[in-house]
Amino acid sequence: MLGAAGPVAEQTRSLFLLVCTILLFVAAPVLLLTPIFAWHYRLSNTKSAYRPQWGFNWPLEGFIWIPPAIIVVVLAVFLWRDTHRLDPYKPLASPYPPVEVQVVALDWKWLFIYPDEGVASVNELAFPADRPVHLSLTSGTVMQSFFVPQLAGQIYAMAGMTTQHNLAANKPGRFRGENTQFNGTGFQNQKFSVLAQSTDDHATWLSRARASGRTLDQGAYTALTARSTQTEPILFGAVSPGLFHAILAQNDPAMHVAHGHRPK
Amino acid sequence: MNDDSLRFLLFGRLNAQAFPFVRAWQNPNISELIGALAGALVVVGALALVALLTWKRWWRPLFRDWLTSLDHKKIGIMYIVIAGVMLSRALVEAVLMRAQQSLAVDAPGIVAPEHFAQLFSTHGTIMIFFMAMPFLTGLINYVVPLQIGARDVAFPLLNSISLMLTAGGASLVMISLAVGEFSTGGWSGYPPYTGKVFQPGVGPDYWIWAITLSSLGTTFSGINFVATIYKKRCPGMHLTCMPLFCWTALCTSILMIFAMPPLTLATALLALDRYLDFHFFTNDLGGNMMNYVNLFWLFGHPEVYILILPAFGVYSEVISAFSSKELYGYKSLAAATMVIGVLSFTVWLHHFFTMGQSADVNAFFGVATMTIAIPTGVKIYDWIWTMFRGEVRFTAPMLFSLAFIVTFVLGGLSGILLAIPPIDFVVHNTVFLVAHFHNVLIPGLLYGMIAGYMYWFPKAFGFRLSEVWGRIAFGFWVSGFYLAFMPLYVLGLGGMARRSQALFEPDYRPWLLIAIVGAFLLLAGLVSLFVQLWVSVRDREASRVPVGDPWDARSLEWSVSAPPPEYNFAIIPQVDRLDPFYWLKERKEAYRPARRYDAIVMPRNSWVGPLVGLAGAVCAFGLVWHIWWLTILAFVGVWAPVVARSFVRDVHRTIPASEVEATDRRWLDCAQATRPVPRELETEPANLGLARPFPAQVPA
Amino acid sequence: MSGPQLQHAGLNLLDTDEMEPAEAALGLYGFWIFLMSDAILFALLFAIYGTQLTATAGAPGPAAEFKLGPAFIETLILLTSSLTFGLASIALKYDRGRTGLVAWLLVTLVLGIVFLGFELDDFRTMFSDGATPDRSGFLSAFFALVPTHGLHVAAGCIWIMVMLVQVAVLGLDARVKLNLLKLGLFWHFLDIIWIAIFTVVYLQGTLT
Repeated sequence: MLGAAGPVAEQTRSLFLLVCTILLFVAAPVLLLTPIFAWHYRLSNTKSAYRPQWGFNWPLEGFIWIPPAIIVVVLAVFLWRDTHRLDPYKPLASPYPPVEVQVVALDWKWLFIYPDEGVASVNELAFPADRPVHLSLTSGTVMQSFFVPQLAGQIYAMAGMTTQHNLAANKPGRFRGENTQFNGTGFQNQKFSVLAQSTDDHATWLSRARASGRTLDQGAYTALTARSTQTEPILFGAVSPGLFHAILAQNDPAMHVAHGHRPK
Repeated sequence: MNDDSLRFLLFGRLNAQAFPFVRAWQNPNISELIGALAGALVVVGALALVALLTWKRWWRPLFRDWLTSLDHKKIGIMYIVIAGVMLSRALVEAVLMRAQQSLAVDAPGIVAPEHFAQLFSTHGTIMIFFMAMPFLTGLINYVVPLQIGARDVAFPLLNSISLMLTAGGASLVMISLAVGEFSTGGWSGYPPYTGKVFQPGVGPDYWIWAITLSSLGTTFSGINFVATIYKKRCPGMHLTCMPLFCWTALCTSILMIFAMPPLTLATALLALDRYLDFHFFTNDLGGNMMNYVNLFWLFGHPEVYILILPAFGVYSEVISAFSSKELYGYKSLAAATMVIGVLSFTVWLHHFFTMGQSADVNAFFGVATMTIAIPTGVKIYDWIWTMFRGEVRFTAPMLFSLAFIVTFVLGGLSGILLAIPPIDFVVHNTVFLVAHFHNVLIPGLLYGMIAGYMYWFPKAFGFRLSEVWGRIAFGFWVSGFYLAFMPLYVLGLGGMARRSQALFEPDYRPWLLIAIVGAFLLLAGLVSLFVQLWVSVRDREASRVPVGDPWDARSLEWSVSAPPPEYNFAIIPQVDRLDPFYWLKERKEAYRPARRYDAIVMPRNSWVGPLVGLAGAVCAFGLVWHIWWLTILAFVGVWAPVVARSFVRDVHRTIPASEVEATDRRWLDCAQATRPVPRELETEPANLGLARPFPAQVPA
Repeated sequence: MSGPQLQHAGLNLLDTDEMEPAEAALGLYGFWIFLMSDAILFALLFAIYGTQLTATAGAPGPAAEFKLGPAFIETLILLTSSLTFGLASIALKYDRGRTGLVAWLLVTLVLGIVFLGFELDDFRTMFSDGATPDRSGFLSAFFALVPTHGLHVAAGCIWIMVMLVQVAVLGLDARVKLNLLKLGLFWHFLDIIWIAIFTVVYLQGTLT
């Protein structure tokens, strides 16, 4: 979040700073009063008053209960507004249609399928920087958490279910993506690159993928599910249709396919 | 029958590979060697303990005076001993993890990924279930009956069983160092990762059964304390006359009763998945791991308040005693405690905002979470206003309490940030979260437990702890905390995932180096606690407080000798208001003999607790390694003593009135002969446990 | 009455009893809290069952597997056993001898065992249909919920046997009475759980 480079991350950062400012007013009295009272009423200070049987005062009680309650109400308003505004399921405003990407979490790598382009990649998420990205996520293994810190928040990927996510970049750039949910000995290596590209670069990237000659079919997918780390990205020039749904369906057709919610 | 099946019948899954020494021999790298060293420490430690007990001929006293005792005070002390041992192990593990992360920026470090995963799993599991829980249960056990004017808890035998189940769970975690391996699934053990498909080994099984033993013990403790507090209060001790520590103990116990069953169930269902191929949390055939996550946090969030509330109670006692003043806003504090107890069941979903719920659901639980900040804030202010117009003394427990107030506020604020779903999305599962919960649990739980230990130690053992070493420990614990965890906030905001064995961002290095310094300071804090104990025991003759009131305190536990007699009170006290001992002293009615002494009936020692605990641990070990004959035998062994005990009628022991009178008069004579000390000298040898009263009021 | 007041309707502690009513009431109070904790365990099992109802994953579902007839007979048996336990409690309170108490406890025990027999037979049928817990999330939830109750009933039966031995060996001293009262609470509690199981599992499973 420190190096926010996308609209979602930027809005989250301003919310973070706003809340921190409000919280300063919560912390300040405690941080000031504690040392002041403790020092002023120390035993060796014979000039301070001593009222051992004083233990209650109504106005003070009001002072103790009401301001925290008001602050919480104020924060709750911001919370409600921004939880809806920054709902990861909510499509991002943009003049262009979002890039559709299907994400499969594997041990210990990420598979990205671009259904509109018919290509796929491992450990490299590429998209044109001027378009937002809509992700549908599932897992081919244990639960994982998809996170690109500089662009947006994170969302879990679980087997047999889909979750959704939306993110975008302000301008072309290269960002680090990661899994944050521990999933075994390759966990720390499960990083991927996020490439927000200019239109030309993206076209080059697509043709490079197509030129790779690799096809992501069920067999290639099964090979990917082996528990291993993958340092170099892999590109696939073709994807067998409906693969994402086939992966979903491997884990119980009866349930969960429509998990989550549609944003209003 | 062939050899393999015979071996399985006898030893289950146990084989040579299970022993870290064998693994280190076959594959001698630094990670395996560390593992073997840890295993060796367990074995050597156990052997050294056995040798010491034999050499000193302490076996008989150990069993007679301690392990079979049903005295709530001894049980409380034994709980705290367990906590101390486990704290040492888990803190060393923490230092090892910090060392690994600080070395492993673009480098392999010293600990392999598998080993690192075990480290964070045992660290979390131990700190929560075998450090924090025994510590607070021990304090409650020791203090609450004394504070409410009772001779013991409601069910002394059940109390011993709870202790021994917890001890059984703790020893299982220790055994996992020397036999086999522990889970790598973290303290929360999320499936499907901890399911059979992904973790076929014994690790998660060790975790499941250790937790199960501990959660059963805790449930029984909760039942016991609730019955004690509701039913065993002395005459006149209305709920609103109880010291605040009793209120927090009551609330914690209620939470234990309601919150432990979800955990027991979550681990039991996970065990069904692993042992009998059920499909609760598997990926396939209709399993749904979200059920586990909900069950676990339905326990996990109230658990946070189970941990923190007793510490809040300690702070209330300590700040009031060392300010020589009535607690400000007693009713407010009691109400805030109960409100926190109720609210703690309404917020569990904030542990998984990122699971794809609708914004409405997330926002609801976010707001509910923030609501808890109100009663918590009220408590903080109540403590601050307790110091107002008091006479504050900066003894070690008070210093810990002041450090708590300041530090905990910061942890609370990061909690507010995490309660806001959009912010949670960017710091969830990062070390920001790690910093947050250490920031609430170290000041909010550990400082409180240490303060309580130092505050009540003279009551339990009859002499004060070294003040100098108390302050040294304080310095280390506080500076260590800030250095170890403030950098993690920064790293978390930068997106550093928690539980990472290796890192690839050079920018992280300086922050991680600061953190490892902090970790070493925390370790020094622990060492100074042990040095303090050793020095204090050595110099105990110069710090005895036989009269029993070294801090000029206010509640009933200080109105008896230090250490108190087995039956606590020669006659059950009669109280009429809050802070009864303060008012007795104020009215010059303290230290008076009773008109008439009666015989007192106390429970006899019992072997049931140790037997149940031992059989429980053996049963769990059999389950872990699939040694079915042992499991069945030990399961019978758990129940047999309980059933047998229900046939025993000679379970009480009567202490004659003459003995009670003689003991009481000896103590009263001692009090008569003792010179009261002013508060300025309370840490000096002159303090024999009799306080010179303050004037009732001093104008400014 | 000049003697200690009865603290619990079923408790028959006269002046001659060694145990103070307050002490007995404390034991019962603790047992009530234990039952509350146990009730939470069952509540959660019901909740899990609810979430897993549709997770049949191609294995037999509720409509195919649940037979209302046997379940109804089991209900009647268990309800009757609650009645007979109540009669045992009344015998404990008002009878001079132990004959009535022992007889009603024996009837209760037999009914408990018969109930378990019926239940095991149900499970056997389900297993022979291929409805085993490793087939689906739904069957897992079923085989966690219903057998947990069954295990409780089995534990209750063993407890009755232990109490029968205690009555024979120790007579009706205060602690035996107290244990019988706790056992009674436990037995009636299991009845309530069963009614919930009958409704949520069997009625819901067969009548929809």
